[in-house]
Amino acid sequence: MTGVRVAGVGLTQFGSHPERTGRDLFAEAAVNAREDAGVPLDDIEQLNVGNFAGALSEGQGHMAPLLAEAAGLDCPATRYEEACASAGVAVREGVRTVRSGEADVVLAGGVERMTNQSTEEATEMLAIAADELFEVRAGVTFPAAYALMATAYAESFGVDEDDLKTDLANIASKNHDNAIPNEYAQYQRELTVQEALSAPPVAEPLGLFDCCPITDGASAILLVSDEYAAEHDLDAEVAVVGTGQGTDRMALQDRDHLARTPAADDAAAMAYDEAGIAAADVDVAEVHDCFTIAEVLAIESLGLYEPGEGLGAARRGETRADGETPVNLSGGLKAKGHPVGATGGSQIAELTRLLRGDHPNSDEVTDAEVGVTHNAGGTVASAVVHVLEVAE
Amino acid sequence: MSDAGFDEWMHAFAAEDGYYLACENGHGHLPPRRVCPDCGSTEFTEEALPGTGTVETITTVHVATPAFEADAPYDTAVVDLGPARVTGIVVDAEPGAVAIDDEVEVDVGASETTGDDVLVLRPV
Ligand SMILES: [Zn+2]
Repeated sequence: MTGVRVAGVGLTQFGSHPERTGRDLFAEAAVNAREDAGVPLDDIEQLNVGNFAGALSEGQGHMAPLLAEAAGLDCPATRYEEACASAGVAVREGVRTVRSGEADVVLAGGVERMTNQSTEEATEMLAIAADELFEVRAGVTFPAAYALMATAYAESFGVDEDDLKTDLANIASKNHDNAIPNEYAQYQRELTVQEALSAPPVAEPLGLFDCCPITDGASAILLVSDEYAAEHDLDAEVAVVGTGQGTDRMALQDRDHLARTPAADDAAAMAYDEAGIAAADVDVAEVHDCFTIAEVLAIESLGLYEPGEGLGAARRGETRADGETPVNLSGGLKAKGHPVGATGGSQIAELTRLLRGDHPNSDEVTDAEVGVTHNAGGTVASAVVHVLEVAE
Repeated sequence: MSDAGFDEWMHAFAAEDGYYLACENGHGHLPPRRVCPDCGSTEFTEEALPGTGTVETITTVHVATPAFEADAPYDTAVVDLGPARVTGIVVDAEPGAVAIDDEVEVDVGASETTGDDVLVLRPV
C-alpha cells in the first residue's frame, strides 16, 4: 500500500459571495491547489467533490461533471454527499484510491453556495440533514438539534446553565481570536465572551454566536502517492497517515446517549489505528464546531478529553492557540465559516498549512508533527477523521 | 402527503393507541421499519407504547424553518416513553416552561404555520 501526500491545497475566501456560482468557487480552489502543488492538469486522474445542497441552493444536481469542467479536468468525477461531512468523505475516498494504487494523483474537496438563501431558507436547507419524519416534522432545526445535545450534555454531566453558556462562549471567543490573522476566514474579528453571552437566542441554550455563519466557499486538496511525489520532486512534506469514518443512528431520539458522538469515536479509532498513534500524540486539531457544543463533543470523541471534561477546555486555556493542544487554529467553522460541502476539505487544507509552516498561526505550533481533522455530518450521524503527519 | 407507516403511527397516539415495533429479539423501534438496526431481524410485532413519558432533553427554538415560522418561539423535546423515544413540539405551555424530567402526554396537533399534522407534547 502506497503512502499518500498532500501535494497542494487551495481555498477560496470563506464568506458571503451571494452572486458567485458553485462552479466559480470550486474552480478557484482547484486552481489554487494545483498551483500550490505544481502538478500539471493532465496528471490529475480523478476528481472527488463534496456538495450538500446544490440541488436546493442552485437548482443544480449532477455536480461532479460540472465541477470537473469548471476546473479544466477530463477524468472520472464523483460527488460525495454526507451533509456537512461531504468533503471529508470526498478526501477520504481520494486517499483510499491513491493508497490502492488505482491513481497517483487525485483532486478532492468540496463546494457550497449558501448566502443566496434567506436565513429561513438556509435553516430549512440545513434541516434536511436531520431525520425528516421524526425530527424535521417535529420542528427540529440544525441549531435545535445541537441545542438538544447541549442541554443533554449539561444534564448528564451536572453542569448548570450559566456555566454551560459561559464555557460555550469561551469556545466561540477562542475561535474568533484564531481567525483574526486568517485571510480565508469569514470573520477576522474579535468576539468577547460577554458579546457572545449577550447575543439573541437561536435555540436555547445556543445563541447567535454559538452558531457558525452561513457561508459560501470551496476547498481543494491535491493528493499524490509517495512515488509520484518522489518522482516529480514535489515539496510535499505532509502525509495523510490515517483516515476513519463512522456512522450513527440518524435521529437523536434513537441514540444510546444524547450527549456523545460514537460515530466520531469510531472514526477516530479507525484513523488513529491506521496512523499508529494515540490521542496523546495529537499536537493540533481542526474539529467540526458548527455549534460551540459540537467542539466539545468533538474533542471528547477524539480522546483529547474524557466525556464531560471537554466543555471547560477553552475557558481553561488548554485548547487556545498557546495551550497544550490548540483546537481550530483556522478559526473553525464558527469564525472561519462553514460552506457545508467544502468544510472537510478546508480542515485538511488548514491543517496542512499549519504543519508546513505557512499558516498565519503556524508559529503557535512550530514543533507540531501530528494533527487531526474531525468533520461531522448532521448531528454526527456521520463522521470522518483524518490524521496528518509531517513526514521525513 | 401521506407516508406509509409514519402517519398511521403518529395518529395512533391521538386514539391513545401508540405503538412501537418490537423485533423478535426484543429491540424496540419506531415505524416505518423493515430491518432491526440492532440485530438485523426482519420479524416485528406491534407493541403498545405508553402515551406519556418524561422529557429527556428540550430546547426553545427562536429561529425556525418556514414550515414553523408562525409557531416560533416553540419548545421541541425528546421524550422517553420506555421502549422508545419520540420527538415533538410542546403545546399548552409557555416556551421554556417545560423542563427535563417533566411528564408529558403525546398527541397529534397542527403546525400553526401550515396546519400540517405534528406530533405534540402536552404537560400532564
Ligand atoms: Zn433486533
